[in-house]
Amino acid sequence: MASDAEQGQLQAAPESFLSKDLVENISRDGINPGRRSLLQGAFTAAAASMVAPSLMADDDPDIVNLPTWTRSLGKPVVANPYGQPSPYEANIVRRQSPGLTRTDQSSVSFTPLQNLFGMITPSGLHFERHHQGWVDIDPRRHKLMINGLVDTPLVFTMEELLRMPSVSRIHFLECGANTGLEWGNVAVPTVQYSHGMLSASEFTGVPVSLLLERAGFDRKRANVLLAEGADGSSMTRTINLENALDDALVAYGQNGEMLRPENGYPLRLVVPGVQGVSWVKWLRRLEVGDTPWATKDEVAHYVDLMPDGTHRQYTSIQEAKSVITAPSGGQKLLKQGYYDITGLAWSGRGTAEKVEVSVDGGRNWRPARLEGPILPKALTRFHCDWVWQGEEALLQSRVTDSTGYIQPSRAQLVAVRGTRSIYHNNAIQTWRVGADGEVHNVQLG
Amino acid sequence: MSSWVRATALWLCTMAMISWAATLPEGLAELGRPATGGEIAAWDIDVRPDFVGLPPGSGDVWAGEEIWLAQCASCHGDFGDSNEIFAPLVLGNITDEDIATGRVASLTDPAVTRTTLMKVPTLSTLWDYIYRAMPWNAPKSLSPDEVYALVAYLLNLGYVVDDDFVLSDTNMAETQARMPNRNGMSLDHGLWSVSGVPDVTGSSCTADCDVAVTVTSSLPAYAMNAHGNLAEQVRDWGPSPGLWTATETGKETAAEPEQLAAANAAVEAAVAPEAALNVGGCSGCHQMAGQLVGPGFDAIRTKYAGKEHAAYLRDKIVNGGAGVWGSMPMPPMPTVGEDALQQIVAWLTSGEE
Repeated sequence: MASDAEQGQLQAAPESFLSKDLVENISRDGINPGRRSLLQGAFTAAAASMVAPSLMADDDPDIVNLPTWTRSLGKPVVANPYGQPSPYEANIVRRQSPGLTRTDQSSVSFTPLQNLFGMITPSGLHFERHHQGWVDIDPRRHKLMINGLVDTPLVFTMEELLRMPSVSRIHFLECGANTGLEWGNVAVPTVQYSHGMLSASEFTGVPVSLLLERAGFDRKRANVLLAEGADGSSMTRTINLENALDDALVAYGQNGEMLRPENGYPLRLVVPGVQGVSWVKWLRRLEVGDTPWATKDEVAHYVDLMPDGTHRQYTSIQEAKSVITAPSGGQKLLKQGYYDITGLAWSGRGTAEKVEVSVDGGRNWRPARLEGPILPKALTRFHCDWVWQGEEALLQSRVTDSTGYIQPSRAQLVAVRGTRSIYHNNAIQTWRVGADGEVHNVQLG
Repeated sequence: MSSWVRATALWLCTMAMISWAATLPEGLAELGRPATGGEIAAWDIDVRPDFVGLPPGSGDVWAGEEIWLAQCASCHGDFGDSNEIFAPLVLGNITDEDIATGRVASLTDPAVTRTTLMKVPTLSTLWDYIYRAMPWNAPKSLSPDEVYALVAYLLNLGYVVDDDFVLSDTNMAETQARMPNRNGMSLDHGLWSVSGVPDVTGSSCTADCDVAVTVTSSLPAYAMNAHGNLAEQVRDWGPSPGLWTATETGKETAAEPEQLAAANAAVEAAVAPEAALNVGGCSGCHQMAGQLVGPGFDAIRTKYAGKEHAAYLRDKIVNGGAGVWGSMPMPPMPTVGEDALQQIVAWLTSGEE
């Protein structure tokens, strides 16, 4: 048993494991067989001295016993030429919802919102929605064509697009079917699956308005744009010219680097505030027109079924919505005490002006703290202090956007649109915290 | 012009806000070049509801069936009714009344599976989509005549046209006028324009609000692991880790990845595991050929070629050693992970004996 004075003291650092005499001998005479064995002995002693420190009851062994990383040579530069997350973050990945689709090429992977911070989604965690698989496109061979109601149909190379004046803007990208599984009842356990077709990035590219001006579009007749992809599906969507001229981009950059292939490398359309399906990936063509095209994804899908049997067509704008990302469904509060209730708020019509949080299922609300910058058609991070004392709680958030629009409750939304719409579910989300600390996805009525 | 196209045009005119104008920076007009006619023809294959863009051609139901069985049925079923891979295209539930009114009545019935033909108002859409994106694994391999035939077959499955029907560019419009849900689309909503008027309003109440707080829906316990073990999907060291929803302990499956890693290591043994060498810190002192601080890998591989040396080398890497290659001792390398260790040892012992 070590004496009190020794207990809790740090052991000699590894650098000092050679005695002063030995160092002097080696530097004077070099290493001979005798000294080599001394040196080996010193290594062994150094290792042994660090595995068995003296611990007092209150000592944290991770502090007192210096961990491996504190007493070994670290890794070299460019061990990972493209940096990777820590292996301890392996849980935080995009995931599919089992049974949602039968093929992985026409499918969805969801962003792990439950563990992300701030207002930007790491590019590798941006949700995926492909209609016929994703492709690797050679940027040297990729072209953008602009035709239709223009003076001169044009072809641009990627090199030319990168020469043009560019802008960088932060915007959210939400699939129109986000939260679509939850119209009728609770169907998924976590916010990753309920709200994870939502991401946000800084996009860099050329304003569509500039390209249309360059081509000389017909101002009198033009009403709409057709955007078309270069992949096998050659996805097409009709874009409102109002959006296109206002703030749409032909984007090649995402979070400071080129777009990821799964997100449209080397070129995609960015239509801020509008549902993701309109942000056509692997963009090869923009056609100026006077009447919509009624493409597959605007007549058979991305149409919202109303209780009277009609389908709303060309529903595009993502109305204001918010969700608490932590604590959220599928998690467990381990202890009572302080929690930072945090989440995201956004609006396709402007900025998130105000977010309120309720812990009693919507009976009482208090304002959340919004983090800046608060940008239009971007994600805004909110926080709300909460002391949990072991009681049951029903956590909700509610956003009001810059137009004055207030996010509806599920009951308010369903009263108008029924439960079979699939698309554009922006209802207030409820997480139930049990007395055991377990958090579950619930709906109230 | 169909009623649908007229309605859409009117709807657009009331919404258009084209008051925008921009000046082009000097020199920008030199970027981009005129597209050739051939290039536009190659890419501009879209077909609108007014049939602008529709190539001439024709195809009948019987030809369509033949192509369907060869190229479409594997995903969609012989009669377009399969629910195996995609939602059903047709289910034979379209009525004469639906075709007469242009409204599929069963869309109000939650018990009825919604098919493509119950929704699509425009025949142009079917033609355009099949031509641009089908078949699934070979898009754009169908000729216009084949597409006409396939669309004719689909319409026949849905009782929209008879068995002897021939679809062509000349009768597309009149056939579109029989589409069962041609009047089923609504543009009466606020979600097209950023300035559109919302149809639902939330509440601004902040205290003692009159709302129902009874839980009416939640996941039953048996469904909690339908999405896998939630404990493995949430940051496991954070303030609120994921719930353990797996039924097994999770440790029984560990053997398989290990075996896989060992097999991979064997396959890759002949190639220098540079990532492992870098991450393990080896390349700080060893280089591929020739002495650095420690011996070159070339010399190590020559000396220890053969699997019988694997345990010895593994011990040297993990625990360090001295005296074999010269005066400089090798320190223990505890940070080399198990996978990297296996790769490195397999490579070092894979040299020619």
